[in-house]
Amino acid sequence: MSDLNSQMADRYKNNFLKEIEEQAEMGEWVKMCMQCGLCSGSCPTNFHSGWDHPPQEIFMMIRAGKREEVLNANGMYMCTSCYNCYVRCPRKVPVTHVMHGIAEYAYKIGRAPKNQPTMHLSKTFWTNATKYGRVNEVQLTQSLYFKDGIAAGIKKGLEMKDVALGLVKAGRLNPLEALGMGHKCKDVNGIRKMLAKAYELEAKRKGRSA
Amino acid sequence: MARKEYAFYPGCSSQKGASASNYLVSVESMCKTLDIKMTEIPDWNCCGASVSYAEAGELPRHVMNARNFALAESNLPGQDIVATCAACWLGARESKERLEHSDRLMADTQEALKEAGLNIKVIPEVRHMVEVLIEDLGYDELKKPVKKPLDGMKFAGYVGCQTNRPFGIAGESFENPMYLDKLIETVGGEAVKYDQKVTCCGGALAFSEPEKAQAQIKDIIESAYDNGAEMIVTPCPLCQANVEVYQGQINKRYGTKFDIPVLYYSQLMTLAYGGSAKEAGLNGNVVRARKLEEFAGK
Repeated sequence: MSDLNSQMADRYKNNFLKEIEEQAEMGEWVKMCMQCGLCSGSCPTNFHSGWDHPPQEIFMMIRAGKREEVLNANGMYMCTSCYNCYVRCPRKVPVTHVMHGIAEYAYKIGRAPKNQPTMHLSKTFWTNATKYGRVNEVQLTQSLYFKDGIAAGIKKGLEMKDVALGLVKAGRLNPLEALGMGHKCKDVNGIRKMLAKAYELEAKRKGRSA
Repeated sequence: MARKEYAFYPGCSSQKGASASNYLVSVESMCKTLDIKMTEIPDWNCCGASVSYAEAGELPRHVMNARNFALAESNLPGQDIVATCAACWLGARESKERLEHSDRLMADTQEALKEAGLNIKVIPEVRHMVEVLIEDLGYDELKKPVKKPLDGMKFAGYVGCQTNRPFGIAGESFENPMYLDKLIETVGGEAVKYDQKVTCCGGALAFSEPEKAQAQIKDIIESAYDNGAEMIVTPCPLCQANVEVYQGQINKRYGTKFDIPVLYYSQLMTLAYGGSAKEAGLNGNVVRARKLEEFAGK
């Protein structure tokens, strides 16, 4: 992964804007930002501590060539996909998708912050959903609780006990899913082959094959 | 033949035993009354949801939605795809737009679909259940079967994000959409005015960073209470779950005493159409809607 990072740094030399435009989904929109800050002011998670750079800062940093700071930033993972920034941007920049795109690129070249909880959820969710074509909610929850080890997982499970019991009682959580008895697509094989081809084509298209 | 027919995309959360299974129960009852036939897309798969962005990448995400398009098109030709989940609708509709906009993405998608023995000719329209109700039937038609109006009950219509942004319901504003209030009024309820109608519930961050999501959920519930709502109503499975199931944790964290039921619009409609508590999926609510349970029993 880190090899891919230096490969990309070499390929784009000092043109980080070009790198983002070509590599990040919707990255070609970055140059349209006029720094009004409406995206950051509209972001529901901007009012919590713990994030470094809101969208308009990220966009300016990209244009200023601050490659390290952008790729290491945690701001992208604060996104709840609420699309406030997207619909309010006066330049019609699809801010939500640009932030997702930068996050994806940083992660794929091995630069995403380690143990970032929403980054971890992104990975876990997609892996879970594509394994059998449909989400297994119980296994998804388990893998989130146990991401920091068994002891932390049990503690978290106990904290969440009442939430889980409420759902079981209401028939909205099936404990048997933990054993893999969840919902599945019939053509799991076809889905796997289809996705393998999609990964291959995307890597080829973006010149990311290491 | 039913009055309207659609290719139904229920999505992962609406399956039996999953977190929004009571949404499905009430949608089925509502559609039966309205004479809408929903045929499940055979072997449909997950839309990828919003949060998979970092792991999934671009093409794989669109390919997952494209598989559903191909299955709908070949098995249920000529029918619009209808999703009940806000995220399924958004994900699928976004993929449709992106594929129709880019020949390159479409060509790559077709190549990937070939691996599963599928291909796309024309991508069907992708619509949300609420659009079907409002646009294909209209408020007047929705009012006709009302047998038991929800008189005197006060609801906070919580629209949230993904049925509202970025696409939204045609003709509605992003900042103050009125369709949910109108649906509440159509079945005889009162839609209270409150200021958190389109606030985000935290979405997937309710799992990954609960303290952030719960701060937002607290604002939504508080505002609903402050403006006299007895219950909250929503069109989105994740809004419903987030606003409902964490009330106990929020009470612990903030010393509040939240205990407010969170319903789906389809549950209200089922009850107003004379359906039972079971047909409305009221037994699936974690915070029991006692007032509605009594109402259904009358």
